[in-house]
Amino acid sequence: MDLCFLSTNITSFLADPLSHEFMRKALLMSSLVAAVCGFLSSYLTLKGWALMGDAVSHSVMPGVVVAYALGLPFSLGAFIFGVGSVALIGFVKQKSRVKEDTVIGLVFTGFFALGIVLVSKIKSNIDLHSILFGSPLGISLSDVKQTVFISLLVVILLSVFRKDLILYCFDPRHAKTVGINVLFLHYLLLTCLSLAAVVGLQSVGIVLVVAMLITPGATAYLLTDKFDNMTIISVISAVISSVFGIYFSFWFDLETGGSIVLVQTFIFLFAFLFAPRYGIFKFKKLFSNY
Amino acid sequence: MDELNYKSYRIEAENICVDYHGKVALYDANLRLKAGQICGLVGMNGAGKTTFFNALTGFVNISKGKIRINGESLRIAQQDQSIAYVPQSEGIDSQFPVSVWDVVMMGRYGSMNVLRSPRESDIQAVKDAIERVDLIELSAAPIGNLSGGQRKRTFLARAIAQRASILLLDEPFAGVDIRTEKLISELFIQFKNEGKTILLSTHDMIHVREFCDLVLLINKTVVAYGETSEVFTPENITSTFGGVSPDVLFGPES
Repeated sequence: MDLCFLSTNITSFLADPLSHEFMRKALLMSSLVAAVCGFLSSYLTLKGWALMGDAVSHSVMPGVVVAYALGLPFSLGAFIFGVGSVALIGFVKQKSRVKEDTVIGLVFTGFFALGIVLVSKIKSNIDLHSILFGSPLGISLSDVKQTVFISLLVVILLSVFRKDLILYCFDPRHAKTVGINVLFLHYLLLTCLSLAAVVGLQSVGIVLVVAMLITPGATAYLLTDKFDNMTIISVISAVISSVFGIYFSFWFDLETGGSIVLVQTFIFLFAFLFAPRYGIFKFKKLFSNY
Repeated sequence: MDELNYKSYRIEAENICVDYHGKVALYDANLRLKAGQICGLVGMNGAGKTTFFNALTGFVNISKGKIRINGESLRIAQQDQSIAYVPQSEGIDSQFPVSVWDVVMMGRYGSMNVLRSPRESDIQAVKDAIERVDLIELSAAPIGNLSGGQRKRTFLARAIAQRASILLLDEPFAGVDIRTEKLISELFIQFKNEGKTILLSTHDMIHVREFCDLVLLINKTVVAYGETSEVFTPENITSTFGGVSPDVLFGPES
């Protein structure tokens, strides 16, 4: 009887939101975005580009605003400013004695501030709140088309150059030695990062998009020693987080972006504590004693 | 090996300079090596050994000078898979989720198609290389599970699989077990007989005397270069190590 009650509850928990079209769209789009970010996440985590991810995702802000104002696809603006910020970081680092992490912090906050100022100055229908915190429940049709296109592009690029990118993350010197174009791979990964940040910000917003880009990869890294498995786990955990995050936000009236990222963080915590090999409580060891 | 190939230089570095953001790491360095020669690169930490390797692999650009590999430019050498680099342990993320097989296969990437899908010959080359370093039973193991010596052997296998004519080894004997040390020693003799050219950096003076035909002493630039028996003198070593006597550094035997 209790079981029956529980199952009815779970069914309604899962099914009720699906009766709304905006929820179906939000679930679908957020899952797609999560899958793309999760896919990229395994590369970024291993490359050690968490801070870079943060920088790029914040730096796209003025690009998004300018693109909206000019009626261009916002992904174009975001891409230009995302890659531009990294080029600027490289330039300032090379030409000054300031350390890299300082330069990164300095450049991306500057870009971010410019974005906020532009929003307040350019009178348009840009909703600052939805850029900062995401608006998966209010995705328009043109946004859907753009997101699907960008997602496909990123997945294709990462798949075609998968082995080269793994090598680039692992041992760029060897890549260079055997004649692989390392600079191309650097900018390829950067391009994917900017594009993923653009689609990710629709789901969780600029402030939290970096979580989409690093948390799933970090979680997966604790659970496996194989790159392929890492990518699969990363994608699955990212998609699960998005789906549950949206459900929680629906039922408990929570901010959607924050809710998605919180679920990701909890999954990471779970792996951190209980991962068979690399968790704090190494369950494999416990089991192997019995 | 044909006569012409033997006579020509495998590595020719002429007056090369490298600077990082205006800081000079290496200046006016010269080196010439032929096929079948083993040369030891000796110097303090920060004397420019890794920079020298970086320049020879093309990983950093030289600001002055000229590098020819087999008489050709670096770019052609890279395309021809002429140079293999075996990194020192600290230069690699040992927890990276790849297996021994994956790493050795990376030695073949330069000669594969853009998707890096291995042909039968690539698979055979990887298998042979792993066998030569005696890691066949560990070929599926993640590199994070290996000992320092096993990891070193993995990277040696990658260089073997690459079939490069020039091997650059950064501290090949540092932090390895006796079994690995013995295996590397045997491989060096085989490589020499195969006509490969080897440049290795080391802190171990005994290894220099044991393996190296030539020695290159550096301290930001070349302090001395030549046959080991002539160049590897206490005076030269002392000036390489900034005035510190080799007795202090390595004991009276050195």
